[in-house]
This record gives sequence, C-alpha cells and structure tokens, in this order.
Amino acid sequence: MGKETRSVIIAGVGGQGILLASNLLSEAAMEAGYDVKKSEIHGMSQRGGDVISTVRFGDKVYSPIVGLAGADVILAFEKLEALRNLPYLKKEGTIIVNDYRIDPLPVASGYMEYPENTIEYLKERVKTIVLDAKELALKAGNIRTMNVVLLGVLSKSLDIPEDIWLKVIERRVPPKAIEANKIAFRLGREVAENAEL
Amino acid sequence: MKKAILSGNEAIARGFWEGGGHFANAYPGTPSTEIVENIMKYPEIRAEWAVNEKTSLEIALGASFAGARSLVAMKHVGLNVAADPFFSASYIGATGGLVIVTADDPGMHSSQNEQDNRWYALHAKMPMFEPTDSHEAKELTKQALTLSEQFDTPWLIRSTTRISHSLTIVELGDREEVEIKGYEPDFQKRNLLPMNARKRHQAVEERTIKLREFAETFWGNRIDEGDPSIGIVATGISYQYGREVFPEATFLKLLMTWPLPEKLIREFAGKVKKIYIIEEGDPYLELHLKAMNLGVEIVGKEKIPMTGELNPTIVKEALLGEKPSYFEIPKIPHRPPALCPGCPHTGVFYTLNRLKANVTGDIGCYTLGALPPLSAMDTCVEMGGSIGNAFGIEIAEAMRGIDPRKKKLVAVIGDSTFYHSGVTPLMDLFHNNGITTVIILDNSITAMTGHQENPGTDIGITGIPKRRVDLEKLVRGVGIEYVYTIDSFDLKGLKELINREIHRQEPSVIIAKRPCVLLPPMKKRKYTYAVANPEKCTSCTLCWKLGCPAISVTKDKKTWINPDLCVGCGLCIDVCPVDAIQLKDPNADNARKAGEEVLGWVKKQDQ
Repeated sequence: MGKETRSVIIAGVGGQGILLASNLLSEAAMEAGYDVKKSEIHGMSQRGGDVISTVRFGDKVYSPIVGLAGADVILAFEKLEALRNLPYLKKEGTIIVNDYRIDPLPVASGYMEYPENTIEYLKERVKTIVLDAKELALKAGNIRTMNVVLLGVLSKSLDIPEDIWLKVIERRVPPKAIEANKIAFRLGREVAENAEL
Repeated sequence: MKKAILSGNEAIARGFWEGGGHFANAYPGTPSTEIVENIMKYPEIRAEWAVNEKTSLEIALGASFAGARSLVAMKHVGLNVAADPFFSASYIGATGGLVIVTADDPGMHSSQNEQDNRWYALHAKMPMFEPTDSHEAKELTKQALTLSEQFDTPWLIRSTTRISHSLTIVELGDREEVEIKGYEPDFQKRNLLPMNARKRHQAVEERTIKLREFAETFWGNRIDEGDPSIGIVATGISYQYGREVFPEATFLKLLMTWPLPEKLIREFAGKVKKIYIIEEGDPYLELHLKAMNLGVEIVGKEKIPMTGELNPTIVKEALLGEKPSYFEIPKIPHRPPALCPGCPHTGVFYTLNRLKANVTGDIGCYTLGALPPLSAMDTCVEMGGSIGNAFGIEIAEAMRGIDPRKKKLVAVIGDSTFYHSGVTPLMDLFHNNGITTVIILDNSITAMTGHQENPGTDIGITGIPKRRVDLEKLVRGVGIEYVYTIDSFDLKGLKELINREIHRQEPSVIIAKRPCVLLPPMKKRKYTYAVANPEKCTSCTLCWKLGCPAISVTKDKKTWINPDLCVGCGLCIDVCPVDAIQLKDPNADNARKAGEEVLGWVKKQDQ
C-alpha cells in the first residue's frame, strides 16, 4: 500500500461516546489492512472532564500519540474541545466540529465565560467542517447515534472503504440500533461530501 | 495467526492466560486496573480484588509457595504499599511463576506523583521487563512466568499509562496448561529469620550473575543496525517515540532493563558515534550507561525533559531543536472533572465548606471535593493518609496550647480507602488519645477506578456472593464510642452532627452512606429532573456552590438546570432558601428515592 501514517484525534467530554467512536475507527482501519495504534486516557477524565483519544494507522505505526501540530484530522464532539485541541492539528489539517456546547464547571458555576464565536475562530484559521450531529442523530431515529454521525463525516477524510465501516458498525452496535446507526453514518458522510473546503 | 487489537492491560491479561496462569489479584488503581479486570474473564483463572496492594502480593506469594502461577498488578504508588513483601519476595524466590506488574503514570493523569518504578527492580534485585507495545506486553508476561520458575525469582513487568492504555495489534496464542505443584514446606528458603535470610541474600547475588548472562542473549534485547552516526537507546513507550523521530538510526532496544546486558551495550557503543538515551521519567538507563564508561558521548536528561510524558514532538524538539509550528489559542476555560449529578459526596463537602472545617482528605472520586466551588479539602497525600495527617495537626496544635477543637479538624476518607489503609491510623488515633472527627464516605464500591468491589460490597463482581465487612462494627471494634451512620443527602442532619462532633473531646466516626449514582442498578433507571423558576430565583448562589454539573448560571445570573444531566437528587431544592427549584414530576423516580431502594441501607440511626 505504501501509506503514510494518518493521525486522528477524537476529542470531547466524558460521557459523549468518544471511546466507542475511536474503537470503531481502530477496528475499521485494522480491517482495511493497516497497522493501527490507539491511545486514550482513563481515570479522572471520566467524571465530566475532557477526553482525548488518538488513533494512528498506516503501513507501520510507532508512536500511539502525537504532539503539537501532529494530527491530520481532529474530530471534536464539542466546540470548546475543538478549540482546546487546535494546537495538536497540523496547519494543513482538517477539523470536524460538532456545533454543540457543554459548559465546563468553571463556566457553569459563573467563574468564567464560555468563549463566543468558537466556530468562526476555527474557520478563519483552518479547514473546518461544522455540523449539528444531534439534529442528524435525531433524523436517523436515535439520539445516541451522534458519535456515528461524526464518524460518518470523518470517514470521508480517511482511506478506508465505506463497506468496511458499515461492517464494523454492524458488528459493534446492538442489533436493534444497527439500522439507525447505518443511516447516521450515511448522513454524516453526506455532510463531508457537501462540505466546501 | 489470529490477531486482535488489545490494550497493553488486556494483552498482559491474555499473556497470563496463555502462560498457564492460575491466580491473580490486585487492588484497583489507574492505569493498572484493567489487567486483573480482564483476567477475571478467563474461567481457568481465579482472580479477585484484594483489600490493598500489600495484601495482594502476600496472597499471590502464598499461591506461588504452593506452586500456582500467580500475578499481581498495581499502579506505581501501589508498589510503595507492597514494598515490604516485594523486597522479601526477591529473597524468597518463586515456586509457582510470580509476575508483579507495576503500571507507572508519567504525566500524572490520575496519580499524586510520577515516580519511576524501574528503581524498584534495581533496589530489590528483581529482574524486570519493559514492553514497548501490546504484543510484547503479552509475550513478556507469558515468558516471565516460566523464567520466574527457572531463575527462582518473582519477575517485575513495568508498564506506563501509554503502554497500558494504548491499543495495538496482538497475535494471539493458545493456553499452555500447567499443574499447580502443591505446597511443600521449605523453611530455609521461606522463613526469613536472619540465619536463613543471610543465605538467601547470597542466593540472590548468585542469581543476579545468571540473570546478567541471560540478559545478554535474551531475544528482547537487540541491536537494530542503521545509520552509525546516531545510536538510540530507548525502552518502553519511549522506544516508539525514538523510532518515529529517528527512523534511520542504529537502535539498542532493551525489553529487559534489569539486570542490563553490559556486553551488548558495549558492542552497541562501539558501533555508533554518539548515543541518545530517550527515557521518560528518571535518568535510569543514563546513570547505568554513563557508569559503564563507554568511551562515546551520551546525551540524555540534559536535553530530554525529566517531568511529564514524552511524545514524538517533544523528543524531536529536545534532540534536534526542531520547534513545531502550531496554532496557538487564547486562554479558555479548563474542564476539570467534577462529582457527578446526584453524587452522594456532594452534600458532605457542601456541609464541610459551610462549616469552614479544616479537612484532611484522601484518594478517590471524592478528592474532587477539593476543587471549587466545593473547595472542602486541604490535603491529599496518599491512600489512607487523611486520618494520620489530621491527628498530627491535632497533636501540634495541642502542643502549642491551642484547643484542637477550635481548628474544626475533620479527616475525610472513602469506604474503599478506609479498608485499604484507614483502619490502622484510626487505631492509632484512638489508642493515642486523639479526638479528630473522621467521616467515612461510604458508597459501597471502589468508584474512581470503575466500580470494583471492596470488602464492604455485598456481592462480588463475579456474581459469587461474598462475606461483607460491616463498616460500623469494624469502627466500633477499634473502640470508637461515637459512631454514627447518616444519609449523605441529609444536609440538615449532617450539619448538626458534624458541628457537634468536631467540638467533642472524644474521637468520633461519621459514616455518610449512599450508593454511587453510577452503579448499574442506579444508572439504568429513568429519573425526573429539577426545574428552577427564574421568576423566583434571587441569584443567591447557594445552589451553584454545590458544584453540580447539571446546574449552570444563565446570562442574567439565574439558575438553570440541564434536564439531560439532572437526576432529580434534590440537593439544590434543599439548599434553595426561596423554594425556586422543584422536581418536574414529584411522583416520578429520582436518584434520591432510587438510592434508598437500591441498597436499602440508608436508615436513620439513634444518635
């Protein structure tokens, strides 16, 4: 294949289904014949803190994580987390951001302000795809498919065939939710297809 | 060959299974917890949670005495707790293969320090492996079991967060069935009376000579020839960072890092012009290599950071001076973890904050009570530290003529931490005439690490019913006379009780009880939520001070409760002085009612 290593950071807030999303991505990459490594942090981050999962795949992957300016794509489940992780994106990279806000405790308890115009800030600097994943998940018939909507958007930026994605979703999602998740994936992929970059 | 993508911890579990492991136990601790959690999935192995790391190693050592292949896993600071049997175990050796896993936490994602446990191998003269990915983690665990028996020594495996919690591709093997040999007494080997221990020390030194020879030809230690101008020595996850940054260099890859293969290191040094040592944490390899007088320039910690985690970008900048070009961002609000909506600890910390108590704290989810707005914990040192720390403050204050009661001293400790190492300091406090008030936050589970049972949990997570240690009886057994069990959500009762007990000239223990809101039987219920009426809200800020993630402040400084997050526990309703908050549906299920039903043990006690 001769494929260079691709690095994806999935970022969001504990409880948003980030680890499931990064599991699906790793499995799809493995199924597509790549070497894959994935890294994530457990522990304190599960109590509503920020969560990051890094997935890297290619012919041969060494480090499971990247440093500053190391990621090709950032998939952000929440706006503030998109901004927080921007330093980890390569300058020519792409950021996919869910237009969704979760107030961190310092904002919720009135100590700090949630930054305004996050999405405009990103758009001015880097290739940005914005979507309302909650709305699309509801359209797919299940609000819990939000993470698969976001994976659908991401899938367009990666060299993994669509049928492999669908196979992995079928394998990993509870039987009752398979149809909704497939629709969710498709809706996400359409967002990426229509995005002007 | 069957392949799977596994975390380092899953791979260690798999390696133990493939290697014919019989018995494993652990006290949970990030990043090590999933090792024994995954071993529990294999029916051939008996695996369980131990009360603390010291006990865990003592039991595994006993199993090894009887010839069972055994494993214990702990986080880096857990090995401090187990250090006493750890050093003795090195003298005694291993009848059944004994593997001790330490998972270190560089960067302190979930720890109080970033100690480098490679020194323990050197210090206790115990051989050590350091995998660089999951496949090696599996293979090394498996091999350590047989090597442990062959060399008659427990074997240390050192992982770090990025090995334990990274998933990489693993080739799976089958299980080798090994019989448990059975217990045969061996007084001279296992009874470390000085007369025996002197001979055992001799045996350890002789063993070390053999291990050094083994390390020279072990498959995991090897030179990968490349560009001779740069030679890289790296172990663990740092090896991967080195490979990423210097794909062309000559590498000395070391999977066995105590004892070190000196001849191989000299051979490598003879091949390269300059050596870069890439290691996270302390200059462990660096000190060894520099002491060998290799006659070649060695670059290490003068360039590589001593603190925090490394990554390829940091290594590149440190050694090549290449600064990354990245997007800088403005200062934004951080997102600290918080106690969950409906968490039983919230009410206790809210009360301690209101009482302006001086609180020594401990380790668990509840350490989050230290963060604003609860801000109700001054100290957090190590597992079980709270009670002794409070007693020490009491002693010093009394010695300078201050009535310690005026300091409003409270030690706060979780149930699991109390069983782990809180009972002994409580005995000390009682025996040495202390008066400090101790609050045990009893949610009946080890919550922080993801709900492992502890001696106070009713049913083992394996589903096998286990005996339960009754917390209140245990505390009374120590001799404490003033013992109270109270509902963690009873804010009025808590305030009165704590205020009374901190002013008592006697020690007392308050057990604040409620199930963790994330326990499966709590989590699967559907709850109503609280609604704040902006017309009535006077922006008094009392409910904001609960630090509940479901409560936020609107632009016009009114309380807003997020219905997606709220579980209807009602603490905010209790603290609101103007009745501005109500449950959406007072008759529907809520977390307060559920907590009472789920474990059925919240009862009012005669005081």
